[in-house]
Amino acid sequence: MTTRIFGSGIRRREDPRLITGQSTYTDDIQLAGMVHAAILRSPHAHARITGIDTAGASSSPGVLAVYTGADTEGALNPIPCAWVVPESDVKAVPYPAMAKDVVRYVGDAVAVVVAETRVQAEDALEAIDVSYEVLPATVNPEAAMQDGAPQLHEDAPNNQAFHWAMAGGEPDAAFESADVVVRDTILQQKLIPNAMEPRSAVASYTSAMGELTLWNTTQNPHIVRFLCSLVTGLPEHKIRVIAPEVGGGFGSKIAMYPWEMITVFCSMQLGRPVKWTETRSENYVATTHGRDHIEHVEMAADSSGKITGVRTAVYAGMGAYLSTASTGIPTILHGLMYSGTYDIPNVKADVYGVFTNTTPVEAYRGAGRPEATFLLERLIDLLAMELGQDPVDVRRRNLIPKFENGHDVSTGITYDSGDYEGALNVALEHVNYAGLREEQARLREQGHYMGIGVSCYCEICGLGPSQVAGAVGFGGGLWESAIVRFHPTGKVNVYVGTSPHGQGEETTFAQIVSDELGVPVDDIDVIHGDTSTTPMGWGTYGSRTTVVSGGAVALTSRKIKDKARALAAHLLEAAEEDIEYEDGKFFVRGSPDQSKSIQDIALMANVAWQMPEGMEPGLEATTFYDPPNFSYPFGAHVAVVTVDPDNGFVQLQRYLAVDDCGPQINPVVVEGQIHGGVVQGAGQALWEGAVYDDNGQLLTGSMLDYALPKAHLVPDIETLSTVTPSPHNPLGVKGIGETGTIASTITIYNAVIDALQPLGVTHLDMPLTPERVWRAIHQQG
Amino acid sequence: MHGVSAVKIPIQVTVNGQGRQSEVEPRTLLVHYLREELGLTGTKVGCDTSQCGACVVRMNGSTVKSCTCLAVQADGADITTIEGLAEQGNLHAVQEAFWDKHGLQCGFCTAGMIMTVVEMLERNPNPTAEQVRDGLEGNLCRCTGYHNIVQAALAAAEAAGG
Repeated sequence: MTTRIFGSGIRRREDPRLITGQSTYTDDIQLAGMVHAAILRSPHAHARITGIDTAGASSSPGVLAVYTGADTEGALNPIPCAWVVPESDVKAVPYPAMAKDVVRYVGDAVAVVVAETRVQAEDALEAIDVSYEVLPATVNPEAAMQDGAPQLHEDAPNNQAFHWAMAGGEPDAAFESADVVVRDTILQQKLIPNAMEPRSAVASYTSAMGELTLWNTTQNPHIVRFLCSLVTGLPEHKIRVIAPEVGGGFGSKIAMYPWEMITVFCSMQLGRPVKWTETRSENYVATTHGRDHIEHVEMAADSSGKITGVRTAVYAGMGAYLSTASTGIPTILHGLMYSGTYDIPNVKADVYGVFTNTTPVEAYRGAGRPEATFLLERLIDLLAMELGQDPVDVRRRNLIPKFENGHDVSTGITYDSGDYEGALNVALEHVNYAGLREEQARLREQGHYMGIGVSCYCEICGLGPSQVAGAVGFGGGLWESAIVRFHPTGKVNVYVGTSPHGQGEETTFAQIVSDELGVPVDDIDVIHGDTSTTPMGWGTYGSRTTVVSGGAVALTSRKIKDKARALAAHLLEAAEEDIEYEDGKFFVRGSPDQSKSIQDIALMANVAWQMPEGMEPGLEATTFYDPPNFSYPFGAHVAVVTVDPDNGFVQLQRYLAVDDCGPQINPVVVEGQIHGGVVQGAGQALWEGAVYDDNGQLLTGSMLDYALPKAHLVPDIETLSTVTPSPHNPLGVKGIGETGTIASTITIYNAVIDALQPLGVTHLDMPLTPERVWRAIHQQG
Repeated sequence: MHGVSAVKIPIQVTVNGQGRQSEVEPRTLLVHYLREELGLTGTKVGCDTSQCGACVVRMNGSTVKSCTCLAVQADGADITTIEGLAEQGNLHAVQEAFWDKHGLQCGFCTAGMIMTVVEMLERNPNPTAEQVRDGLEGNLCRCTGYHNIVQAALAAAEAAGG
């Protein structure tokens, strides 16, 4: 018996091209006659444009054209906000591809130059003379809502983009009758995603056919085609969007951006292929950011530590415009997770979306759930401190007991399955929690600062179902489709509408098909990212690809197996019910030596010489799969840190992630997702943050100024897992792409505050830089 | 400004064992020369401040960030890019190790990482994990959390009998 391919940590099938430099990312594309666009961006956060002189640029060497907002205004419709959360008074203000009268953040596009070479286009930008009347700016989401703050949009008084209210149980009564209430104000600082590949687009329009091909660094080419049709007016069937190799996304490659629509506009005007690629510094202002919440949070409990309520007022910065999916992140993907892994009967959220003179905010790895997990796990640590209990004991007292098929929480959603205490026990045993606490006590006696953070999380991902998407205002579906096609030689292509960009589904989806149908994994290639060859799908984000697209792949494989069984019965001259299947072979029960392999069947189905009555030729199937519920992975993480009181430096000594994503298709790929996610979350806790001055200038506007995690700053990440299948989907799997980030920021944060507990420190704003920590130590001491 | 692009300087370089003669603008960066003039797009541009290391190539045996070197400075040099690392279709041990250890996800930092590790192991054939991490100081990865890149470097060292 061979080892089962499902669950095997095989090497990734996409890697050979990536380790040899043979893959093609968007900026690697060269087309005959291709010219280059460069975009002039506003240096002011808020200003009125009083004049633009493009004459100097137009006459620069190599320049073909210069366009401004006056040129694009009639040709490009506003960029749509594609998630309008209902009953929230969402102000979907006009979001022009290029500013014409007013610029609202540093990075807003003012003009575009197209030239024969990129350097010619960049040279010519310097010859454009724009006159601005500078206006006052506002950058802090809470301050921006106060009376007298500078106003961004006429239609949004007090810069309020929306107000979303959520309540479950009787939250106000719970707080009135509480024995204990703990409070905090949490700054979820604005983050810059920093996918290693900058954003890029190549647009090629052929006027004779009215056809557009757009190569684009995107997580969701089908959504780009859909929205590109709305913005340009080109019919959807005339648009082909290709996401070639994509160098990471983390949410920043979901949005419909103005920049590729400007690139499309240029190609349509000039009849030439046009490439636009941002520089990294341009990326810092022009590619969407994440988080940016100011949260006033409180937790009510009885004297035993039983949590009775959570209440919040959240000011969520949206940036200057509402990006594609922005409104759903601090609302649906955040507030609905306020019960976490606990039975919290009473919850309430008031979330205010606020326009500020900053780069628009979008999904960023975790998108709403890291913020929810953070506030719960922070408040629980504060509660434990208040009650003089161990933070682990407070968690245990409130955890939802193990369940296998559905658990309703007070926010109105139903978790799929969970064994939260099981994961917590694995984590505590592995690190020897009691031993760690003893070590901490010893070190404290010696004057050393060591901290331990323990957190539990569960999160909502594997987005759909589509019916829920519609009910919460998401402007699309959340199902996926897959085609599995056998060629005459028994080799297989799988076509999916999702668009992986580093997550390894070319391997894991081949493992699913191999497991279902017995075809060697090397005989299966997975095709994605091209709207002209792949079936419709909604893309790769929200840890949904393996759950939803993988579900479609599994169901399609099962359809093929059913047809193959029927054809095998016909060829073996037996009744279908007498046909058995094992390891890719069909045989009559009791006569395994007389068999037809799946490859035999593929050939016979493709030549169609002896098909049974009524059976169509070919061995191919398509499935449209809409999941009946989200998936809710969970786990328990532990961080151990030391703090150097002389310089405030936090050293992450140890990090353990215990995660449960159900059955793992490829555990090596799963671990890779967790490693990366944990370090990304560590970045928020310790180093990263978009810092603006009061004028709206981004002070951390390059990789020189924005502190990304580096190899020498982090330890090896320890990973363990428990396995609790989801009852909802064909494979029982749950998403794992974001869990590391969702849990690690607060786990590390709590560890640092725990280290500083002897000094009485209970709060610090992130990131926990040496300067902040040092000041806290010395102010207290 | 307009005069800048008119001047071209002749250079001679050997890239992946092949002699090349070109005329480049004085301001042309080595990375742009490799990518745009020679079509060697395996070397990537991930930043504009010399932080990310996606553009690392080897020049006369040393690693350089090819975004921080002018093409004219490479005149007479022997350059190896990711495309020239595998010999006669056989992956270099470091490439093999990155594949074995899942040392890459999106692949964008990978060329620079691999070129850096190749040189690191030539200097120190038997590094500790800490030395590997220190050696990656000039290379950023946003996907892997570095864990498996470190594992790959250690595995490559072990495979070479370091």
